[in-house]
Amino acid sequence: MAPILHLHAVKAFYGAFEALHGIDVAVEDGGMTVLLGANGAGKTTTLRAVCGMVRSEGAIVFAGEALQRRSTEEIAAMGVAHVPEGRGTFVGLTVEENLRLGGYTRASKPHDAMARMYGYFPILADRRRQQAGALSGGEQQMLAIARALMMAPRLLVLDEPSFGLAPRVVEAIFAIIDRIRREQRVSVLLVEQNASLALELADHAYLIETGYVVASGSAKALADDPQIRRSYLGY
Amino acid sequence: MHLFLQQVFSGLASGAIYASLALALVMIYRATDLVNFAQGEMAMFSTYIAWMLVNAAVPFWAAFALTLIVSFIGGMVIERVVVRPVENAPVLAAVVVTIGLLLIFNALAGWLFTYTLQEFPSPFPDRPLFGALMTTRDLGVIAVTLIMLALLFAFFRFTATGLAMRAAAQNPASARLCGIRVGRMLAIGWGLAAAIGATAGIMVAPILFLDPEMMSGVLLYAFTGALLGGITSPVGAVIGGLIVGVTENLVGTYLIASQLKLTVALILIVIVLAFRPNGLFGTAIVRRV
Amino acid sequence: MNDGTAAIASEKLAVGGEARLRIGAWRRFAIAALIVLAAALPFGLSNYQVFELTQVMIYAIAVLGLNILTGYNGQISLGHGGFFAAGGYTAAVLMHRYGVPYWATLPPAALVGFALGLLFGLPALRFEGPYLALVTLAMAVATPQTLKYFSWTGGQQGLNLAKPAPPPGLGIDRDRWLYLFVLVILLVAIRVAANLLNGRTGRAWMAIRDHPIAAAAMGVDTPRYKTLAFGTSTLFTAVAGALAAIVVGFVAPESFSLFLSISFLVGSAVGGIATIGGAIVGGFFIEFVPNFANDISDAAPWAIYGLAMLLFMYAMPRGVVGSLGPLAAWLRGRLRPAVAAGEISAASNNASSPQQTSQGRLE
Ligand SMILES: Nc1ncnc2c1ncn2[C@@H]1O[C@H](COP(=O)(O)OP(=O)(O)OP(=O)(O)O)[C@@H](O)[C@H]1O
Ligand SMILES: [Mg+2]
Repeated sequence: MAPILHLHAVKAFYGAFEALHGIDVAVEDGGMTVLLGANGAGKTTTLRAVCGMVRSEGAIVFAGEALQRRSTEEIAAMGVAHVPEGRGTFVGLTVEENLRLGGYTRASKPHDAMARMYGYFPILADRRRQQAGALSGGEQQMLAIARALMMAPRLLVLDEPSFGLAPRVVEAIFAIIDRIRREQRVSVLLVEQNASLALELADHAYLIETGYVVASGSAKALADDPQIRRSYLGY
Repeated sequence: MHLFLQQVFSGLASGAIYASLALALVMIYRATDLVNFAQGEMAMFSTYIAWMLVNAAVPFWAAFALTLIVSFIGGMVIERVVVRPVENAPVLAAVVVTIGLLLIFNALAGWLFTYTLQEFPSPFPDRPLFGALMTTRDLGVIAVTLIMLALLFAFFRFTATGLAMRAAAQNPASARLCGIRVGRMLAIGWGLAAAIGATAGIMVAPILFLDPEMMSGVLLYAFTGALLGGITSPVGAVIGGLIVGVTENLVGTYLIASQLKLTVALILIVIVLAFRPNGLFGTAIVRRV
Repeated sequence: MNDGTAAIASEKLAVGGEARLRIGAWRRFAIAALIVLAAALPFGLSNYQVFELTQVMIYAIAVLGLNILTGYNGQISLGHGGFFAAGGYTAAVLMHRYGVPYWATLPPAALVGFALGLLFGLPALRFEGPYLALVTLAMAVATPQTLKYFSWTGGQQGLNLAKPAPPPGLGIDRDRWLYLFVLVILLVAIRVAANLLNGRTGRAWMAIRDHPIAAAAMGVDTPRYKTLAFGTSTLFTAVAGALAAIVVGFVAPESFSLFLSISFLVGSAVGGIATIGGAIVGGFFIEFVPNFANDISDAAPWAIYGLAMLLFMYAMPRGVVGSLGPLAAWLRGRLRPAVAAGEISAASNNASSPQQTSQGRLE
């Protein structure tokens, strides 16, 4: 299967500071790739490079089209839905308005999609008229994912969806992600600190350290790697 | 009592005009954290456009509509061409740009149309209503403002573009991730603000007469109204504008009847603000650190 | 081995120290030369040009005051014309009604400015951003109207003052004497500002500007320092106002319109708000650009003035000195790479880091 997203020798910059030093990452069509690594390794930066939020060099190809020199808005409209670090919900708008915004780039009426989201996340249906800022952390994360899915994306980009959530909530969210992935045939690029959970769900994994890919392979192979087990899985 | 009510009603009419311009200020402030000091002069310039059209025998309401369209486009162009270069600059640089714009419009109007006062027709007859409590003209001004506000609120609430504009103002980074073109939303915001300002200018011109300085006082009242309501709150801006209009009129009638009324009105409002430093409906300004 | 590295390190330190000393000496020499040049300048210019330059220096002092408040403490003011007026009227009333000699009016003007600033700064503590802008704007609007109201201010007509005579025996005329007098005050003002800003007070002001919450947590007495910044700022501006009254020989309500306040803010932004040198650039801008604009187009000079403001902000959004300063440091680093390397990398970091820009957005 051809990868839907392919990064080739990608460097990324904050001002003059080079945060990524030429990395190769791929996401299979319909697959799920996870990026692991310590704090400050460059995981978020990789996702930002995909979405045109940082200056980058190298080749980034999505569904056969080069993404460089495209604006974040265009990339989103091409079918890349990014749930950023810290969720990025519109806290001053209602739950429903957040979902409507997710469907902004779609030509069709968003009602069916919205109903489907309420099916995945019933709690959002109960809160549809509330301000997003009044939701709990887990509910906001669900809203952020639902908003991204409203875009009917081909690639879902998730940056630490488990951040700050109770283990039960994390499991629930990942179960839904897994289900959605199968039902809607979206590919997923995931950054996750909870390595054992992530490696269970993903098919490919990359280990990033200080701006370099230091290990990559099938999720299973990485999960069995003794060194990775010691540093990231803790057993 | 009759005099009091009379003054309240005519204060509401001028307050409606301040409210419109205040709303224009709030729209731009919410989107960019910037007080557009040129808003009043842009409105004045729009009013001259309407004046030229009316003088060219275009029917009043057609001239009104045409002016709004021209102003909307003009506002978008100003945002793209003049304001955009300082989009990421320190706020003070952007403020200075709007002050520069203020001077340019003022001077340009003086040069093109001279500084002499021009009569501007009112679309509403000037007849007393309700036992001389108010005039049809006041009522007309209030009605036009209310219709405009209703349309605007509907636009922001029910249309996709309106919602996208609110999203872009609130969280530009997330808005981009939703595929919203934030730059275009900003331009539309400036366009709308310019059109709202044009309405205010056309409504106030028959009262104040048209000259390049016409809007400077109005801008000050509008700014005050916007802050009184809370610079981040559109509803607050409207209510603040109305309060300022009524206060100004009552101060002029009962306290002091000279140019000092502006000062007194300002001082009164500053005192109110001392007790509510974020305005009546505003939320605290979060300093971005 | 330990000893060896220590020795090398101390040697490096010594070299660095010497080089710094040399730069210090150079700098001092350059400054002295500039002062001598400034003092000699009026003797090669026409009376009118001397008057214009005197005005430049007066505006520079006023803008310096504003920079202390807006640039170094993060509080915006659209009302400094009002404090300029307060200083001007203090000097004028003292000279006109009480026959106080012109030079003796500066301390009272300074005192009035300081006291008014403290008084104003206290309520201003409650306001931020656009709210502070409105409150100070109200002050700017109220000033001319209030001045018209009283008889001891000369009402609408204002007060005419006798132009001060130069000290006898010095052999220079009035305009040049006043130029030198104002130059001395400007130098004192710059010195005082530099000392304040480089010291404890300045650090507290900037801490409050950049990290208000952290500053408060670290025990900086925020209300006290903010009020003090207001008072200090208006002290400078009031002294400038007094000098303007002395030099022009006339005060009237209309000279202190809202436009003056806005000119100060524009001058401050054009020069660079968080700089001392920027105040002088600002003074030049306020005095000369309107004249240039007039020369270019007498149909719509203010449009040209507005255009100049736009162009300056596009080219140098941090002001002339604020934008060229890092460039100058970089150049200096090019000339003396060994010494200033640290300083430059710090400067370029500042310029490029996005965090830095978002934080300095108010600047
Ligand atoms: N906005 C920024 N400006 C400057 N440097 C940044 C910025 N964001 C990140 N960096 C730097 O880029 C490098 C990579 O950061 P990144 O956010 O990609 O790390 P991460 O792997 O996502 O870490 P974490 O697990 O903590 O989220 C770090 O050295 C960081 O300091
Ligand atoms: Mg991260």
